[in-house]
Amino acid sequence: MSAIIANNLVKTYGKKKDVMTALHGISFNVEKGELFGIIGPDGAGKTSLFRILTTLLLPDGGNATVNGYDVVKDYRAIRQQVGYMPGRFSLYQDLTVAENLEFFATIFNTSIAEHYDLVRDIYVQIEPFKDRRAGKLSGGMKQKLALCCALIHEPSVLFLDEPTTGVDAVSRKEFWEMLRGLKERGITILVSTPYMDEASLCDRVALIQNGGIMSINSPEGIIASFQKPLFAARTSRMLNMQQDLLQLEGVEECYLCGEYSHVVVKPALDAAQLDSYLRNKGHEAVEVKPVAPNIEDCFMDLMKN
Amino acid sequence: MKQFLSFVKKEFYHIRRDKRTLFILLGMPVMQILIFGFALTNEVKNAKIAVLDNSKDASTLALSSQLEASRYFDIAQELHSQADIEKAFRAGKIKLVVVFPQQFDQDLSHFNKSQIQLIADASDPNVATTLTNYATAVIMDYQNRITNERKLPYTIKTEYRMLYNPQLKGAYTFVPGVMAMVLMLVCTLMTAITIVREKETGTMEVMLVSPVRPLKIIVAKAVPYLLLSIINITSILLLSVFVLDVPIRGSLALLVFESILFTITSLALGLLISSATNSQQTAMFISLTGLFLPTVMLSGFMFPIENMPLPLRVISNVVPAKWYYHIASSVMIKGLGLAAVWKETLILTGMTVFLLAVAIRKFKIRLA
Repeated sequence: MSAIIANNLVKTYGKKKDVMTALHGISFNVEKGELFGIIGPDGAGKTSLFRILTTLLLPDGGNATVNGYDVVKDYRAIRQQVGYMPGRFSLYQDLTVAENLEFFATIFNTSIAEHYDLVRDIYVQIEPFKDRRAGKLSGGMKQKLALCCALIHEPSVLFLDEPTTGVDAVSRKEFWEMLRGLKERGITILVSTPYMDEASLCDRVALIQNGGIMSINSPEGIIASFQKPLFAARTSRMLNMQQDLLQLEGVEECYLCGEYSHVVVKPALDAAQLDSYLRNKGHEAVEVKPVAPNIEDCFMDLMKN
Repeated sequence: MKQFLSFVKKEFYHIRRDKRTLFILLGMPVMQILIFGFALTNEVKNAKIAVLDNSKDASTLALSSQLEASRYFDIAQELHSQADIEKAFRAGKIKLVVVFPQQFDQDLSHFNKSQIQLIADASDPNVATTLTNYATAVIMDYQNRITNERKLPYTIKTEYRMLYNPQLKGAYTFVPGVMAMVLMLVCTLMTAITIVREKETGTMEVMLVSPVRPLKIIVAKAVPYLLLSIINITSILLLSVFVLDVPIRGSLALLVFESILFTITSLALGLLISSATNSQQTAMFISLTGLFLPTVMLSGFMFPIENMPLPLRVISNVVPAKWYYHIASSVMIKGLGLAAVWKETLILTGMTVFLLAVAIRKFKIRLA
């Protein structure tokens, strides 16, 4: 049986006159022990989805189960078994690191000592600051502490809503390593992120946009489904280059990706044609090369269709 | 139980680490008692008065010296003509002029009847009323004495008694009122705010996705403020007994019991507000305008309820502070026992049970 089953979940906000639909009919399964990513930009409906699955909101349509328990009827059973880390830092800022951890351990009827081995790898990193108030920690430290608090009762399913938002690159990497470690222990993890590059660190991902799922697959599978020719282009005048390229017959899409622009084209065009087109337009230091697609390319492509 | 204690401990950390709020919570009752007891009192001491004695006989001299002897008056000036009265008031120091007519003593002994004119500076009407009351009391006192001495049958006898507060001490009625106010403020406002704060900072979200039952969260929130309130009750009572000389005439145990009952009523109200609001500002606004004002205005502590129009009198019945104020002043100042206030106690208990039940039912187990 799957750890999480979402079946046609609908969530709307607001009254009759201006209804905002946050989720229209989302369905997916997360298997036991899987690290499942929900990838999508801000406002895609990630937080609404998390709140429904953690029993904090009632869905307006569809149903969902966590560990076989219904999120509406059996909310109490679910609350015993899951760990939840909201998108916003939600610990007591005026309590110290140790006090926060101790408090969350006791409200789950356990103690730090009982599950210390589970949080040890993470806790050792924040232990030097254990007498510091949580509000005075850096962003990355806060997230590590929040993860510790969500883990302290050894949940079988862990819900992490944008755990790496606002965290520096190094801490983000460390954080994902921790998640891999937790997965090794058999914990099912549902994690959301707006960062496309983090998708490749999940077992499977769901790409979500405007309250609907565009694709569910392994990161490799999603990339493999991208079939069109893709080039990376760079010149000395990037802004003009994008405008120029979009005017060329056969160019479907052109968007900035790192220091290059990614150019999606019809099969008829090749790198040499793009190169000469740009030189004719007066660009200097032109560089055009074929490039392997990444999740962001897939996301842009799916969004267009 | 361990879960519950850890909750309470956490609440105490919050309170203790917010030093400014703690200072206000514990300092406010002291400040209010002192302000109401000393500054805002309408009791008047050693008011400067003037005497225009047109008779200068044994009776007027005796009365003058009696006025002078009382601790309320200080005869600052002897006037000699009607015109002086205006001048004395204009100078601003004199608050009251006592005018004895000619042949005061003769009238009194021949016709058993005489008159005294009291002229007060009514630019401050409260002080003027108080002073004329005091002066009338002193004169009545004198009249009663000579009536007894001379055993004359025709003297007009006016009954004049200040029940429970013979010296018209201002602080008496303020103490139960301030208690009602402080308990309401600390309990209702603070519980509402602390719960709403957890919603605002998102900690409530985490707490809800845990095995803790709502009842435990609610009670754990209330316990620290109950204890704080007991400290406040103690400091108010100590101050009123030892600084303001207001005695506790009735049973102290009963007074404390009733105060704790009222504290729980206020806590329940705070919980109710917290489940209906999502921001600390709204919670504060509702607590202050919706509860604090009625407590001050409609409990009978500032303005007597009997003088209000019917709609307000009806509304005042749903203000818990009205019942508590009635109970507290009965027990503390009139020295009455449970037999006299059981009805009010029952009403307050009923309100408490009702509010608690609604608060627990309304407590949101989800976010929306």
